[in-house]
Order: sequence, then C-alpha cells, then structure tokens
Amino acid sequence: MSIQLTINKKKVSLDIDPNTPLLWTLRDHMSLKGTKFGCGIAQCGACTVWVNGEATRSCVLPISAVANADITTIEGLSEKGDHPVQVAWDQLDVPQCGYCQAGQIMTAASLLKKKPKPTATEIVDGMSGNICRCGTYHRIQEAVKLASDLASKKKSSTTKKSA
Amino acid sequence: MKNTRRSFLQKTALATGAFCLGFDWFKAEGKAGAMVASAVDAGRFNAYLEISSLGKVILYSPNPEIGQGIKTAFPVVVAEELDVDWKDVEVRQANLDTQHFERQLTGGSGALKHSWDRLRKAGATARQMFIQAAAQTWKVDASTCKTAGGVVLGPGGQKASYGSLASLAATMTVPAEPTYKNRKDYKIIGKRTKGVDNANVVTGKPVFGLDIDKPGMVIAQIIRPPFGATLKSFEATDALKMPGIVDVISFKNKVAIVGQSTWQVMQARAAVSCKYDGQNLESESTHKKWFDEGMATDKAQVQRKDGDFQAAIAKAAKVVEATYECPFISHSPMEPMNFFADVRADGSVLLAGPTQVPQSAQKAVASLLKLDEKKIEVELSKMGGGFGRRLNNDYALEAAELSSLIKKPVKVMWTREDDMTGGIYRPAVRYHFKAGLDASGNMIAFYLRGVGLNAGNATRQDNFPVGAIDNVLIESVNQVSSVTTGPWRAPITNFLGYAEQAFLDEVAEAGGKDPIQMRLDWLARAKSNPVGKITYEPDRFIEVIKQAAEKSQWKKKPGVSQGFSVYFSHLSYVAQVADAVMVNGKPKITHVTAVTDCGEVVNLSGAENQVKGAIIDGMGHAMFAKLRFNEGVAAPANFNSYRLIRGNEIPTIDAHFVDNGIAPTGLGEPALPPTGGSVANAIYAASKKRLYRQPFDI
Repeated sequence: MSIQLTINKKKVSLDIDPNTPLLWTLRDHMSLKGTKFGCGIAQCGACTVWVNGEATRSCVLPISAVANADITTIEGLSEKGDHPVQVAWDQLDVPQCGYCQAGQIMTAASLLKKKPKPTATEIVDGMSGNICRCGTYHRIQEAVKLASDLASKKKSSTTKKSA
Repeated sequence: MKNTRRSFLQKTALATGAFCLGFDWFKAEGKAGAMVASAVDAGRFNAYLEISSLGKVILYSPNPEIGQGIKTAFPVVVAEELDVDWKDVEVRQANLDTQHFERQLTGGSGALKHSWDRLRKAGATARQMFIQAAAQTWKVDASTCKTAGGVVLGPGGQKASYGSLASLAATMTVPAEPTYKNRKDYKIIGKRTKGVDNANVVTGKPVFGLDIDKPGMVIAQIIRPPFGATLKSFEATDALKMPGIVDVISFKNKVAIVGQSTWQVMQARAAVSCKYDGQNLESESTHKKWFDEGMATDKAQVQRKDGDFQAAIAKAAKVVEATYECPFISHSPMEPMNFFADVRADGSVLLAGPTQVPQSAQKAVASLLKLDEKKIEVELSKMGGGFGRRLNNDYALEAAELSSLIKKPVKVMWTREDDMTGGIYRPAVRYHFKAGLDASGNMIAFYLRGVGLNAGNATRQDNFPVGAIDNVLIESVNQVSSVTTGPWRAPITNFLGYAEQAFLDEVAEAGGKDPIQMRLDWLARAKSNPVGKITYEPDRFIEVIKQAAEKSQWKKKPGVSQGFSVYFSHLSYVAQVADAVMVNGKPKITHVTAVTDCGEVVNLSGAENQVKGAIIDGMGHAMFAKLRFNEGVAAPANFNSYRLIRGNEIPTIDAHFVDNGIAPTGLGEPALPPTGGSVANAIYAASKKRLYRQPFDI
C-alpha cells in the first residue's frame, strides 16, 4: 500500500515500509540529503523538517504517521536559497562544519514564522533543542535576530511597493 | 627542464585558454628558489591556481575541511598575494594527491603554520608573472607596473586584466623569489571572509560523507564487540530473510549487515544476535585500580627533571597537593562515522568520505588488502566535525574490507550508538600535582605525575611554568587498556590544561599571590634566567596575559568572581578570564574573555569561530562529559544521557587577537586547553569549591 505525501510542494507516492522514518525516506528514497542524521532519538535536532509547517524531528517519525502531510525540507525552504534565515546564516558566517545547520535553520525559520520578532530569551529557548558540536551557538542566536530584521524589512518594502 | 616546463605551461594555457600554474605548494618549500610551477599533467590539475580568460580564479584547497575553515583560509592567503578580488575566486576541494601535496591532512592545528609561506609564494609568483606579461606587451619596465583586483596597471595608464594576460603570462619565467605584499596593504587577510561552503550548507547540498551515493552502492552497518571480547557466534537467519538484505557477514570479530536501504539494514540488525567470549573485561573499577597502581608505582618514566625536587620539597614552608581526573570521552562529531569503499576485481579501489588523514587511509587499505597504493583513489568529502576522531581510519578500513568481501561498492554508516560505544576515545587520565612553597609563598618545587590509560605520555613536561621553577620533576605512567584511544581536540592538553591551570590557582592562593601577577613574575624569570630549556616565548605569553587582564577588567568587576588561565599549545598562546556569579546558590559562568596570539589572523570571522567554538567545547566537556565502562561496554550511548552543551548554557565570549604580524600558528585547538581551568577557577572564586574531576560535580 503506497503512502501519499507532499514534499517540497511536490506530490509523491511511496511504496515502502510504512515504518520507515521520514528521515530515511527523504535521504534514501527521495535523494534529499540535506536533512541530517545525528542521533536517531530526536535529541539533537539535525533531522528537523517541517510537517504541516511545524518543526519536527524526522528521525523517529514513521511515514505512516505523516500520510497526506505537507513536508518541507531544507531543500524546499526557499527556491533560491534566499530565505531570510539562510541569508542571515551566510551573512554572519554561522557554519563551522555545517552538519547541524540545516536542522538549525529549519528550527529558526519555524520559530520566526510563529514569532516574527522574538525576544533574546525566546531565541535562546527556541534554539536550544538543537545541538551544535562546533559551538556556533552565539552566531546562531545572532543570525535568528538578523533574519527577523531582514524579514521585517523585506515585508515593509513589499508593502510599500504594493501600496 | 625549464624549457620543457615552460612549453608545457604554454601548451596548457593555449589548450584551455587559461593560465594554469601548477604549484607544488608543499614539496618545493624549503629548497632554494622554492616555489616553481610544477609540471602538472595535462587534464589533471591539482595543487594549482587557474585563471580563466574571463578572469575567474580557481583555487584548489588540498586539506580536509572539518569545520576549522581551512578551505576558506588557504585560498585567502593565495588570493591576497595574487592580488585578486575575493569575489572572483572559486574554491574547489582537491582530492588526495600525494604527487603534489605534502601534509594533506587535518590535525595538530598545523596547516597554516606549515603552508603560510607556500601559499603566499603561490600567489605572489603568479602575480609577478602577470606583471611580466603586461610589461612585455606594453614594452615597459616591469618595475613600473602595479596590480590591483586582478588587473595589471601600467605607468602610462595602461590596464590589462589577468584573464586577458593569462596565455602570455604562462610563458613567463617563473620568478625564483617573488615580491610580497606589505601586510599593511592586505585587503583580504585579517578581514572577515565568509566560509566558501556557506551556500551549500544553508541550502542542504549533499556535501558530507554520509550524503555519498554511488551507482550500485549498498548500505552496511556493523555490530562491534565489547572492548576486549571476541565474537563466538552470531545468529542471522531471520535477518537474512528480511526485505532488502543482501548479506550478513562476519570479519574480525564484527558482524556486518548489508542491505539496500538504511532502514532495512537497521531493522535486520535488530534481528541479529551475537555471542562473545571475554574474560576480565574492563569496567570503571578496573580503571580506578589502574590509576591507583600507576600513582603508587616506583617505575614511572621521568619526563623532565630540573634541580632536585625531593630536596626542595623537604625544606618547603608549605606544600600544596591535588589530584585531578578525567574519564574516557567520546568525540561525538555531529556526523557519525561513515565511509564509502569500492574494492574492484582489477585491484583498483575508490575510497570516499570523511577522513582527517586521507593518505593514511590509502596506505592502510593498501596494506590491509595487499593492493597497490597507486591504484587507490581517495575522494575527500566535507566532514561534519571530527575533533580528532577522524584521525583514525578504522571506519575506512572496515568499509574497504567489507567491500572486498562482498565484492560491491558499500557505504558503512555508524549509528550514534556505534559512534559513542565503538571507540576511539580521549584517554582517561589521572594527574597528581605537588608544589613546595618557600616562606614568601614562592613555588620552589613542582611535581606532576600523569597516569594515563592508553595515553602514552600523559604529561607535557615542558609546559610553563616549567622553565621558571628551580626544582621540577615530571613523570608519566601508561597503563595498557583494551579501550581504543586517540587524539581528541588538543590531545592530552584538553584536560592537562584544565588540571594545571586549576592547580596553579591553588598554588597562588596558598602563596597569597594574585594568579596573574604570579605568572608574570615567573615569566620574567623564564625570560631572564630560564631553568633548563623552554619551548615557549615569554614575551608572547606576557602579552596575552596583560591584554586579558585589561580587557576582562580583572578583579575590577563588582559582584563578579573571576578565574584566570593561560596556555601555550600548537605554538599559539591563549589567556582567558572567566566570570562567574552565584544564581540560586549555584555558580554560573556568565562571560569569558579570551586573548589569543596565533600570529597573523588570516580570516577574522573564522578565527572568532574557532576561539568561541573551542571555549564552548572545552566548557561543555569540562561540565558534562561523562562516559564509563562496564564489562567492556561504554555507557551512555547517545545524547539523551551523554550531555553536550546547548545554546542556553553558554556564556558570552569576547575573542581578542594580538596584532603582531608573526607568521600564523595553530588555532583549531589552542583556545580549548585553558578553558576548563578558567572556568573551574571562576567557579572556585564564586563558590569556594575546587573542581578536581571532569565532568564537574556542581
């Protein structure tokens, strides 16, 4: 029995073991390698994707549980890699090894969707579920703030244009 | 020879419409007239810079990128001396090429130290050849020409881009000793340069080892035995019947489960059971016993002896003694171990994946499978961290051996549990210090014994304050364990630094001295009248200490308790002051000031990342890293109980750098060793509790 999903705005039908975690479905069956394996027990956040817009750990989530859901991965966050969070991550030169950053970015973008102008405490709390072994935490926190600023500028310029 | 080389370069230039100057960046160094264009085989360009007729500058970075930023830092140096705009530079990772590169590895914070002159020469040599080409075209003296942003400027206002000059420049005589920029004219070195892989990282491109996908590739996981045990038998009947499973095969006490997809392999693995033989497997109690025995033995190896420690301690007015201990700990890079290998019937091999030492992988696989080294190709992937773990190629060898057994291309992937329980670990070490003070509180005798479990020499016998103390005895004892160990970011010093700097804080207190002034007094002594040989430069030590005292407002911050430490490793100097306050009866580290002398800072953005990252790493492991063995099995096995520091547990950090223009030294590691000490000393200042163990007990 196949499972239907929407992944990065594309409808897909998968005929695999329904217990397969979403992470390995993406990586092994969809060739979407941007979502990372870190711990396999939803502790580190490297595998964070959006399920129906909510940041979710994909390593312990069987695809049977997300049938018909709308999945967004790092590859689908923006068409040109210019989501404000991606731009901020590059501008502040956040990555060291870079391995955890897709998960960090998906978490940050989700946080900003809910709270476009988070306080410093909300940023720290919102990002502390994701481990970065290189210790890029300061820049992660600064980049979330910058992304928030970039997004609000973009919004106001869009509003001006349309007005 | 020269003509051959020149005609080759000319041919290359004509063939590709580009200036392809192959640099033997590494081998040429140290010889007279060092940096010459080497004869790169046509069609295979490594160790070179290439400039297309459109002005695109392509720089190949030879060293494995592990998060230390070398793939950005190396090209920055070449681009600076070449005098091109950074925006015109494209950086590519070179694969293993033992013909053209030396030291194509990541370890010991040694890359910039090793390659600084070579990289500068690579850029400066090419720049001069462009000037010569332009001068010849314009019929002017080369000395009247300048360069700026990839353009040669002539005395009469002439302008020619490097791209337009590429073909001609390739025919110029390679200058033996090029002219270098004055550092005040640097436009890229010392500024903030963003990581060249940022775009790939933020868009999720498949750049890491675990992302490797090759045609016909199967996936494998491996069950490894407890340390010290041997595989007696395994049962895989059910596993072999499971969907997608290709094979379950045993080699070297291991059992490999091979299948088509990761999830299929994981499920089949759960259906495999193994039986082991093993006696006297190691547990925490075994390790404690070995530490005790190592401390008691009269057969320690003397690593350094100055004056007469025993005589001096006997007449000391005061004796300070302390014991520090750390467990085996895991490296836990975010990307667990993995490697791809394709061992083919014709004796050729393709290895691909994350390794800090690709040449060792090549040699080890050649030796293991009795194959010709030259037929083993190694592709380098970006690494999701390493911290020393990927200096051991055990996982690459496993992949190669398995591929040779199943006769298929295979990617072996480790789970987090495999990674945390399957060794290589930072060795467990116990240190015992003893200091004798005279009536004025001056240290006249200093003793250290380090007992390590598979640590080799667990001391660094020439460490400051050795060289400033009259009577010194440093000894080590190595106990052999079946637990496999290896370098962990700042090997040995990652904990020795903490222990030494915390102990010296006790010495200062016992002697009634300020910890900073005490060190400055010692350095004055080491400078004017050193005891025995010294390996550090007192002036550089003094400078970072003074700057740290000033920038941290040492002992001038009301309501804040501070701890000091300073450490010399990998040829760099780092002084730290940690600030602590009591929150709800518990000490909390709020801020760390770090002053680093790593010589010339090549990329300020990357340098700050390394210092802050190393401090967070050092602090996190000092506070939380806890691993124990029970019957040869490490516990815990995953991040639910092996705690790594998180974003809500970090202090603010100021990272300062000494501006002295000395050729660059290490930076990936040096900020880590002093961290445990500054933090422990700040916690003591706030809470009056000394911390003798890693992880901290607070």
